[in-house]
Amino acid sequence: MVTTLSGDVQLGQRAWDAAAGVVDPEIPMLTIADLGVLRDVAVTDGRVEVVITPTYSGCPAMNMIQLEIELALERAGFRHPKVRTVLSPAWTTDWMSAEGRRKLREYGIAPPQATSSRRALFGVQEVACPQCGSDDTEVLSEFGSTSCKALWRCRSCREPFDYFKCH
Amino acid sequence: MAVASIQVSETPLVLYALRRADDALILGHRLSEWCGHAPALEEDMALANMGLDLLGQARELYTYAATVEGKGNDEDKFAYLRDIRQYRNLLLLEQPNGDFARTMTRQFFYSAFADLYWRAMMQSADATLAAIAAKSEKESAYHVRHSSEWLVRLGDGTAESHRRAQGAIDDLWAYTGEMFEVDGSERALIDGGIAVDPAALRPQWLKTVSDVVGEATLNLPKSDWMQQGGRDGRHSEHLGHLLSELQSMPRTFPGATW
Repeated sequence: MVTTLSGDVQLGQRAWDAAAGVVDPEIPMLTIADLGVLRDVAVTDGRVEVVITPTYSGCPAMNMIQLEIELALERAGFRHPKVRTVLSPAWTTDWMSAEGRRKLREYGIAPPQATSSRRALFGVQEVACPQCGSDDTEVLSEFGSTSCKALWRCRSCREPFDYFKCH
Repeated sequence: MAVASIQVSETPLVLYALRRADDALILGHRLSEWCGHAPALEEDMALANMGLDLLGQARELYTYAATVEGKGNDEDKFAYLRDIRQYRNLLLLEQPNGDFARTMTRQFFYSAFADLYWRAMMQSADATLAAIAAKSEKESAYHVRHSSEWLVRLGDGTAESHRRAQGAIDDLWAYTGEMFEVDGSERALIDGGIAVDPAALRPQWLKTVSDVVGEATLNLPKSDWMQQGGRDGRHSEHLGHLLSELQSMPRTFPGATW
């Protein structure tokens, strides 16, 4: 097979699109591209290598995500895709796309504050209710249903909601 | 036990990574023992979440140790196929859960240290350790906040909760000195900018601990005598029981998957 530059670019785009469509099994409204977990997709001589980065140290979804990426690429016609995990630089919620934040809010999960600096981690937390938009909210528990979420409650509409923690 | 233990080539960097991995695994396992038994549902989830963070840190550190060692070991072999004398965790972290006050005191003493330690390690000349530190630092920050809030509530709570929290502090205090100890193997890494000197963090740690313990109307013991040995594989009797539970399946059914 003759590989042209444009051919590789097209293949690369196809591979990227396939990998980028994989969703987080615990937050199924977010793709790994929205999350910032997908770092790189490279096609060399028709072989794909995908580079991802783990989110929270203990996130059990990472194994599942790796498997889903391999399946998605196989379905897109790429044989024996390879998924490599890199730790550096470390993932942070700052990498979540604006689109990802919007999807989270629509699903009923308050997105992480815009910056994961220590001030955001431990300063005054202002989390708007994803249901009614009120800022009059309170934390119920720092640790929620998954390692990435905390449990909050809206004092205005009285609804409890998940908050995607800064990391 | 049906499966022999592995041999580990403990170069300074391998040993360094194993010590931190063992810290995270053993404390994470202790926290997992609370699953289904915590005083409230939210607390059950909090303890399991913290245990999960630590297990994740352990996996990354074991995997890195395996890469550096390059002898075909991996995270599972390090966790399941080393004997008690090959474990290098701090004695503090293998101490039994006891009551809730004891679990929270142990967590607070360690997390107040880990928070400072991992933040300093983000400057490590070793890119992998710096990246692991960047995650662990944020997770430890949540742990120290959670455990310090509980210690204040317990100390400044009822007479009974105060008595139990003070008892936990008195009993666990002698295990805190080991966090700041450095041996020759680690000194070389510190000099090379790979590791940080934990002794330099002790004043800040002591200030955090003193502030929280004071707010909790509790007292730190006067004694300076400190127990050590965990970093060299000399453990309390408690670790053997923990490992027998942790390792029984892979030792009995080698290579089993499900």
